Amino acid sequence: MIEKELLKINNLVTSFRINGKYYPAVDGVSLRVKENDVFAIVGESGCGKSALALSIMNLHNPAFTKIEGKIFFKGQDLLKLNLTELNKIRGRDIGMIFQDPLTALNPLMKIGAQIEESLTFHTNLSGKEKQRRAMELLEGVGIENPSLTYDQFPHELSGGMRQRAMISIALACKPSLVIADEPTTALDVTIQAQILDLLKKLQKEIKSGIILITHDLGVVAEMADRVAVMYAGQIVETADVHELFSNPLHPYTRSLMASMPSKASGDTQEDRLHVIQGMVPSLLLQKRDGCRFSPRIPWIASYYHEENPVYHEVRPGHHVLCTCFRHFHFKEERRKSRVIT
Amino acid sequence: MSLLEIKDLKVYYPIRGGILGRTIGYVKAVDGISFTIEEGETLGLVGESGSGKSTTGKAIIGLERITQGRILFAGENITKYVGKNHSPYRRGVQMIFQDVYSSLNPKKRVLDIVAEPLRNFETLTKAEERKRVDELLDIVGLSPETAIKYPHEFSGGQRQRIGIARAIALRPRLIIADEPVSALDLSVQAQVLNYMKDIQQHFKLAYLFISHDLGVVQHMCSNIAIMHRGRFVEQGNKEDIFNNPVHIYTKRLIAAIPDMDPSKREETQVFRDQVSLEYDRNFHKYYTAKNQVYDLKKLSDNHYVALP
Repeated sequence: MIEKELLKINNLVTSFRINGKYYPAVDGVSLRVKENDVFAIVGESGCGKSALALSIMNLHNPAFTKIEGKIFFKGQDLLKLNLTELNKIRGRDIGMIFQDPLTALNPLMKIGAQIEESLTFHTNLSGKEKQRRAMELLEGVGIENPSLTYDQFPHELSGGMRQRAMISIALACKPSLVIADEPTTALDVTIQAQILDLLKKLQKEIKSGIILITHDLGVVAEMADRVAVMYAGQIVETADVHELFSNPLHPYTRSLMASMPSKASGDTQEDRLHVIQGMVPSLLLQKRDGCRFSPRIPWIASYYHEENPVYHEVRPGHHVLCTCFRHFHFKEERRKSRVIT
Repeated sequence: MSLLEIKDLKVYYPIRGGILGRTIGYVKAVDGISFTIEEGETLGLVGESGSGKSTTGKAIIGLERITQGRILFAGENITKYVGKNHSPYRRGVQMIFQDVYSSLNPKKRVLDIVAEPLRNFETLTKAEERKRVDELLDIVGLSPETAIKYPHEFSGGQRQRIGIARAIALRPRLIIADEPVSALDLSVQAQVLNYMKDIQQHFKLAYLFISHDLGVVQHMCSNIAIMHRGRFVEQGNKEDIFNNPVHIYTKRLIAAIPDMDPSKREETQVFRDQVSLEYDRNFHKYYTAKNQVYDLKKLSDNHYVALP
């Protein structure tokens, strides 16, 4: 089976203007999302993952944002479209699920009307048909009493219900690509499990690709097919989800995984989690040349880093930025250092 | 004698209605819970939003009026101190808050923030005070120069460390940590948790660790209480709760933790479906006719479950 390429991003640079100068929050990101694929982008706050998501939908304020590069959606460059053309794609071909449903939903509109809004915009359905479709959608996202929810305002719903309502809006026109920006971060674990389950089920149903943006490695392990790890505006590692969790290579990926509390950790009073030295530099102070993670791992000699880091394909589909991963070891395990080839 | 003993704690919020604003009912945020915390121990209080876990923490420190029940700190009933600011109890119990952006006064320098509890309880000269603040900042890994800065100049993790420095300023015996890391990134979270453990060992501190994140609770706590609808559904040590959960609610909570191994997806899904089915089928066995949680029954020495 040949899977078609749905989204192709080439060397995307999204810069924000601060005090008259542009600083790239997304710095040279290239990725490919196939049809029917869940592509996860994982990273900590400030790494540029949300800026990347908003760039795809072109939702940044053009007054102080510059987007360069190419974003091909089904072969069409999204960055070359004008607003009218773009609005035809937004909501119909690309749906978006935001993190905080309470701010993303309109507090003055009933849930039903908000679902119908995109149907009005993109289809020629009559009022009755739209209502029926909205009810179907609400039922599809697991809302028990669709006709009641249809007439409710966002504030009348619980967090999980609101997120379900937002998913139904995003999926109203059966988009072929869904961008989910931290869809479960604001929710409790049991609700999170339900929402992720729902997303998986709906994805199989309408066969869309999903870009899942999250900081939670657990969510990635549950949902993703492919994963990209982002640090300081760049993708530092891309791999198949099984490969990434069994064989993480980039120092940042390995450090992140080591800082997760797990079942085994914390058994003794002395157990400490791994801490990444230093902190994520601010956008203004970020150095642009060399390996951006090098200041966080100062015990790795500078000649192990590349001057102009490039991606190395370690195994088919597993790409790692910069050569430092071959010589990386945690500070504590200096002696046991092994060389990965 | 336990450090902290809570007996049948209840916090009800009145619902007012009608033209006269009479009380027409109550929201039972915390509805009769009892537990003890020993010196140097960490008790994890886990629950979903709205389960009453934060209200419990606030009630213990006196930020919430108690409807009924007793709170004994080192054997002394402290409910009589309500409203009195300089009681010895206030020294012994401190709090770390969730939101590091609203829990530090933006108009005050770090020096003033950390020194505030010292100024309330001790008479120190300027130089002594500065020395104490520097010591405290050093414990949480911040340099002395940070004392003259304002909160907005710090990152989230650093702010939480300032909050911790403030909480330990008076050498308390118990710290109530209300979701201390849920607003932080993974690597920063690790750092704050490490500091909390170091400080615990150093000062023989006890924690009431309130969190919704079972992974973090697993790492931090030796004993865990699961809260639901204002009551405890299950209480026990880490092994009991995670390896041998008895109440259906606990099972469901544990089944919902994402598995870090992507190859186990199918297994997790099957397990979750099983638990979910059991939850629907046996719901009435675990809850009263009014959908309330039963009283705790003793299963073994340390393991309590809410069963009829």
